Amino acid sequence: MTPPYRYLEEIATADVAFEAWGATREEAFLAAADATLNTMVEEIGTVAPRERRVFSLAADSLDLLLFELLQEIVYHKDAGRLLLRVRDLRIEETGSGYRLHAEATGETIDPGRHALLADVKAVTLHRLEVGKSADGWRAVVVLDV
Amino acid sequence: MSVPKDIRRISDTVWEIPVSHKAGMLVPARVFASEKLLSEFDDGVFEQITNVATLPGIVGHACCMPDGHWGYGFPIGGLAAMDPECGVISPGGIGFDINCGMRLCLTNLTYGEVQPRLRTLVDRVAGRVPAGVGVEGTVRVSRDEFCQAVEQGARWAVKRGYGWMEDLERTEEEGCLRGADASRVSEKAVDRGYRQIGTLGSGNHYLEIQVARAENVFDPETARAFGIVLPDQVVVMFHCGSRGFGHQVATDYLRVFLAAMRGKYGIHVPDRELACAPFRSPEGQDYFAAMKCAVNMSFVNRQVILHRIREVFSEVFGKDPKDLGMRQVYDVSHNTAKIERHVLEGKPRELLVHRKGATRAFGPGMPGLPDIYRKTGQPVILGGSMETGSYLLAGVDTGDSTFFTTAHGSGRAMSRTAARKRYRGRQLQEQLEQRGIYVRTASWSGLAEEAGGAYKNVDDVVEATERAGLSRRVVRLLPIGNVKG
Repeated sequence: MTPPYRYLEEIATADVAFEAWGATREEAFLAAADATLNTMVEEIGTVAPRERRVFSLAADSLDLLLFELLQEIVYHKDAGRLLLRVRDLRIEETGSGYRLHAEATGETIDPGRHALLADVKAVTLHRLEVGKSADGWRAVVVLDV
Repeated sequence: MSVPKDIRRISDTVWEIPVSHKAGMLVPARVFASEKLLSEFDDGVFEQITNVATLPGIVGHACCMPDGHWGYGFPIGGLAAMDPECGVISPGGIGFDINCGMRLCLTNLTYGEVQPRLRTLVDRVAGRVPAGVGVEGTVRVSRDEFCQAVEQGARWAVKRGYGWMEDLERTEEEGCLRGADASRVSEKAVDRGYRQIGTLGSGNHYLEIQVARAENVFDPETARAFGIVLPDQVVVMFHCGSRGFGHQVATDYLRVFLAAMRGKYGIHVPDRELACAPFRSPEGQDYFAAMKCAVNMSFVNRQVILHRIREVFSEVFGKDPKDLGMRQVYDVSHNTAKIERHVLEGKPRELLVHRKGATRAFGPGMPGLPDIYRKTGQPVILGGSMETGSYLLAGVDTGDSTFFTTAHGSGRAMSRTAARKRYRGRQLQEQLEQRGIYVRTASWSGLAEEAGGAYKNVDDVVEATERAGLSRRVVRLLPIGNVKG
């Protein structure tokens, strides 16, 4: 199955840019989380759901909410050497912005089983966008690697 | 091609984009490049360097080095000096990998002596200096000890036995930016960094065994002063940064600045990645103190890696590293903001100099250089691709047009995704081996991304810095062994 994201060649030469999409904003967020994980590990299917983490995040706009979510994946990669796949995600509007509740599962990095790619350093704000497209939602992200 | 129509040629290698180019530009932007390099710049560079020219308090020119390319916020190869009293500090002008930099170590061994043991050396160094995604280092410290380390810099590592006292004077800022305050750093940053001392990272980070061939010594006298004295002398060069710690410090303050910039300070920037705050504001000072911790973490990291390299050479050759002549030449920083004294419009001034993917290159006699390099100017270590070679340059006294700053590498010409489509890691490794370059990698596709063809011609870049009066060639160094992060 073709994943709901693709890496972009034409922007940010030294870094990794991608667009991710879905029928709903939640699906687009899940796709962006997978694209981030896929920047670090070649086959995201090799990441087994041995550990669970729960994220409750808030931001005043949808794109910054996505920044917060992806940043969590990058944080756990270093802090716990965890590769995490976001499985379930709910976005709510609040008076002042948005709130996200997500559940992620994954496991400790094992170079024997995980074909590793680039170490993502950070999620950048350069050209970051989340918006409606003709057939759903679309996000564009540039990761610093 | 995307070279702006209103760009004006100032000299052979200096090009200027006037303030009329874009609303909000406070100073002109200057690009340092040959005509050929200028025509090869990607679309983002001109957009980004003119965005930098809009930042409050910028003085002189917003500058882009000959190896410049499209980054986030600033271009890679970007330089901006701010008036510290009325200007801003911007994490996007420093980069997430704070104090990513290069270190060069000598040996008194020749190619003939090293070549038979090259595979052993590379394999053992690869085992001793962990590389790749989420790796942990071999130096175990508590969180509290880590906080002391990032306040003290390379001195902390030397005190614990990782290196020699003389390494410190051969490191930019003597391996420690004063004023680093770990209380300005988040728990999350410490979580990410405290187990990573002594690790290489990935992407364009590498450790390379190189040879200085007699025909590649451009200035024998300066080469001698830098310690290159033998025909076919072997040296070790490496490139890495502040790891997850620095990345998190930059991320944390990007968030802080984004909020404060809009509401509290009413500053508007063309790209959110240029989020900034007045340097003298509480947010600006907090970031500056936290950024210094990340600068110091990077010095600690490179100090420990140098120690590991010395250990491996010592084991393989059965001699003390001192008897192998393993003195450090220098350590340079790429991604920093520092207070420096420069002459602006004929007057000495204190300036906040942002360098992102650019190297400080102090000329002869400038304060801040150790006595051993006072006559020669600062050694500048410029890393090329693993195929084409690297350079040891020297700072020159004509570097004032860029506040004594020069290029940092050969500069990417092809995106990582495009390089992965064009090259294959395993095939590349075999081709390099046939050319006498033994490569170990943590990631095959990572290796493909770093193929020589994905970069600009390093000789063109270095020649442009020389013609523009930013630095001069001393020695060209050719790779023979590489550990790729």
